Amino acid sequence: MDPLEIARWQFGITTVYHFLMVPLTIGLGILVAVLQTMWVRTGRDVYLRMTKFWGKLFLINFIMGVATGLVQEFQFGMAWSEYSRFVGDVFGAPLAMESLLAFFVESTFLGLWIFGWQRLPKLLHLGCIWMATLASVLSAYFILVANSWMQHPVGVEMVDGRPVMTDAWAVFTNSTALVTFPHTIFGAFAVAGGFLIGIAWFHLYRRRKAGIDTVDAQGYVIVGQDTSHGAGRDKLDHAVWLKSLRIGAVVAMVAFAGVAFSGHAQAQLMFKQQPMKMAAAEAACHDGTGFSVLTIGNLGGGGATTCDDVVAVFELPGLLSFLANDDFTTEIPGVNTLLPQYQEKYGTHLPDDPMYGDRAGQEINYLPLMEVTYWGFRLMITFGGIAAVAALVALWVVRKGTVPENKWISRLAVFGILAPFGANSAGWIFTEMGRQPFVVAPNPTMDGSVDQVFMYTAAAVSPGVSAAEMLFSLIALTAVYGVLAIVEVKMIVRYVRGGVPAAMPELTAPPPGEDDDDTPPGDGDVLAFAY
Amino acid sequence: MEFLPTLWFVIIAVFWAGYLFLEGFDLGVGMLMKLLARNERQRRVLLNTVGPVWDGNEVWLITAGAATFAAFPMWYASLFSALYVPLVLVLVALIFRAVAFEYRGKAHRQSTRNLWDWAISLGSFTAAFGVGAMLALTTTGLPLDANGDRVGGAFAWFTGYAVLGGLAVVAFSLIHALAFVGLKTDGELRGRARRIIGRWLPVALAPMALWAILVVVPTGQVVPLGLLVLAVVGGVAGWLANRRGAEGWSFAFSGAFLVAGVSAIFVAVFPVVLPSTIDPAFSLTVANASSSEYTLGLMSIIAAFGIPLVLLYQGWSYWVFRQRVSEKHIPDAHTVTPVV
Repeated sequence: MDPLEIARWQFGITTVYHFLMVPLTIGLGILVAVLQTMWVRTGRDVYLRMTKFWGKLFLINFIMGVATGLVQEFQFGMAWSEYSRFVGDVFGAPLAMESLLAFFVESTFLGLWIFGWQRLPKLLHLGCIWMATLASVLSAYFILVANSWMQHPVGVEMVDGRPVMTDAWAVFTNSTALVTFPHTIFGAFAVAGGFLIGIAWFHLYRRRKAGIDTVDAQGYVIVGQDTSHGAGRDKLDHAVWLKSLRIGAVVAMVAFAGVAFSGHAQAQLMFKQQPMKMAAAEAACHDGTGFSVLTIGNLGGGGATTCDDVVAVFELPGLLSFLANDDFTTEIPGVNTLLPQYQEKYGTHLPDDPMYGDRAGQEINYLPLMEVTYWGFRLMITFGGIAAVAALVALWVVRKGTVPENKWISRLAVFGILAPFGANSAGWIFTEMGRQPFVVAPNPTMDGSVDQVFMYTAAAVSPGVSAAEMLFSLIALTAVYGVLAIVEVKMIVRYVRGGVPAAMPELTAPPPGEDDDDTPPGDGDVLAFAY
Repeated sequence: MEFLPTLWFVIIAVFWAGYLFLEGFDLGVGMLMKLLARNERQRRVLLNTVGPVWDGNEVWLITAGAATFAAFPMWYASLFSALYVPLVLVLVALIFRAVAFEYRGKAHRQSTRNLWDWAISLGSFTAAFGVGAMLALTTTGLPLDANGDRVGGAFAWFTGYAVLGGLAVVAFSLIHALAFVGLKTDGELRGRARRIIGRWLPVALAPMALWAILVVVPTGQVVPLGLLVLAVVGGVAGWLANRRGAEGWSFAFSGAFLVAGVSAIFVAVFPVVLPSTIDPAFSLTVANASSSEYTLGLMSIIAAFGIPLVLLYQGWSYWVFRQRVSEKHIPDAHTVTPVV
């Protein structure tokens, strides 16, 4: 077994898994803060219910992001010690800032928010959720600065064979980070929007199915209620889901527009900064202007020669040039043009250095796994597009106040929740796999010493850690993550099925003699919330 | 010795001391879920004493790690890769523990709650032991080669020092948590916490004292020796305060014991951050493991603003949740019934 391969699988699995929780935390967190703001401003119960219900799901998901984030912070040192030694001077700083400036705020103020209902004054309590969620956005910025430096190293000089930060402003305003940050945040809102649509649709459908809500001759909703379920099935409950669905749909559409624009800007940078990644994303062997809709053949990229086996079945002429350069005629270099350039600049063989282990002196393959980059790029766009269209359709379908009484459409809406998650994962897998064989990609857009700042993934792994140790952690973490995925999904399903009363026990069993929400509890009072 | 690397050595020592001080009691409370509480309500009382704050406490660990990465990449890389297997166990422990905090109260069956209690209890124990072992080893040494990589196999770290450090943090956390429980609860738990501290404090603080003695005494330096004496005084004062029922002082002194003890250890090992047991020439020091002046300067500015702010708002959150929690405050368990 090869420690490098195991370490890469481990990083991929743990990071993609972690990033299932992250976008939902960011997107849903901000939406909960907005909903609570609307409640504080208007005092309307519907917003309180929405805050509590979506807030509960937010917390169930949040904790998984926290737990899996720990692994991220540690595994650079554990499995990638050579990488950590090489980049620490510049890469460690944003990570430390993320901890000190974002994670502390996030965790402290979220604790205050969870346990602060009725203990803190309303406005202060509202401030806590805003602090916590804005900190999660800030943490995204810091970690994307770190990642962007791996994609496009800037602001450093080579000293004794290691990059040393000389220009923090350049690092923190890296062009790659400035486009990746909005792309990621909009992606997070797409996830949150889809989440709201799917779950709200499910509840509206179940109300129809149970005969609580009906429609008149024109198809407009007649809201009913079933008091045997208490607040879970009253008239206000309908408003909770309809509003949630509409908000979710608008958020998802705006998010998709944002993702598309920022993604376009990102792709344009990438054509300049990592041309091979984009050529591999297109499976484009020869120079050209067309965007491939379907390319078949051996995309495996096992060696430089396999590019000859690739056949573009259907291309949209000019579109690739538009993506890269905002026109329809510029020839975009393909793999066959780029390979010799890379070989000339960065060499054909890995150095005969013990840090490369068995790989020392081997030929370097500059072509990423084209199957992954090609399909990763397309899955990202497809899933994102599906989600956006679905959001538009959903908004139109509920124009008369409810959803059709159709089991299959409801199931589709629930399954649709997965599409933006899929787009996020595919995008990350594309951009990280597309960076190979580098862990720190060279920066061809700058002259001088930055040009020589790059690192092969083969050199980054911990030399002292054995394959057996890596295998142990890969199996342990994957097993733990698998078990927890089941637990989390079951927990979310339970709280979704419980509806609003699941998140508001006070609706089903109001505490005796309590009539004013704002009185702080005296010493003998039962806590408003307790684990 | 250069100023900035030394400053960052101090800052990282502060992060570790802060972590052990704060998460020390929530790790201990986690272990006490299975050791001190006698019924469901008492377990929930314990859980809710740390409920609002445990996550903020844990960020001290993340920050200690990330700050080491930023300020001393060589130290971070060598220590974390050398301790690969124990750190995997610490991570798994912390993952289960975190999720259990949030999900325990949402479980419907007592058997499931019991499973989550074990996750909290064993998770807290494993994390405390692992972090203790890691800190003991970074102060006493690992078999590192010239590149800073561990030699001798996956378990080369497993020495008496690792066990001593693990025991030290576990036992300290238990005492610190009992003092915290005395301060934060009322009723039966409060009284029992006090009685147990009275009986067990000298035994429980002994491993950490021994670790400090083993590191400090051979150096013969005055300052760490003085700190060591202070730590012992803190421990004795904590014991006396507990006897007199001064719970606030008891907690403060157990914290003082920790801060003085950890300071003694870090001052004694300075400027070495990670000794190599193979050849002292391979040892990582404040000088040869640090980042550039530029990076350290930038990070110093951030820390100068960031750390006081953290102390301020974390302090405020402790103030908000300053009330004692007792069994009468705990609401009935909430069962989620599906409406659809």
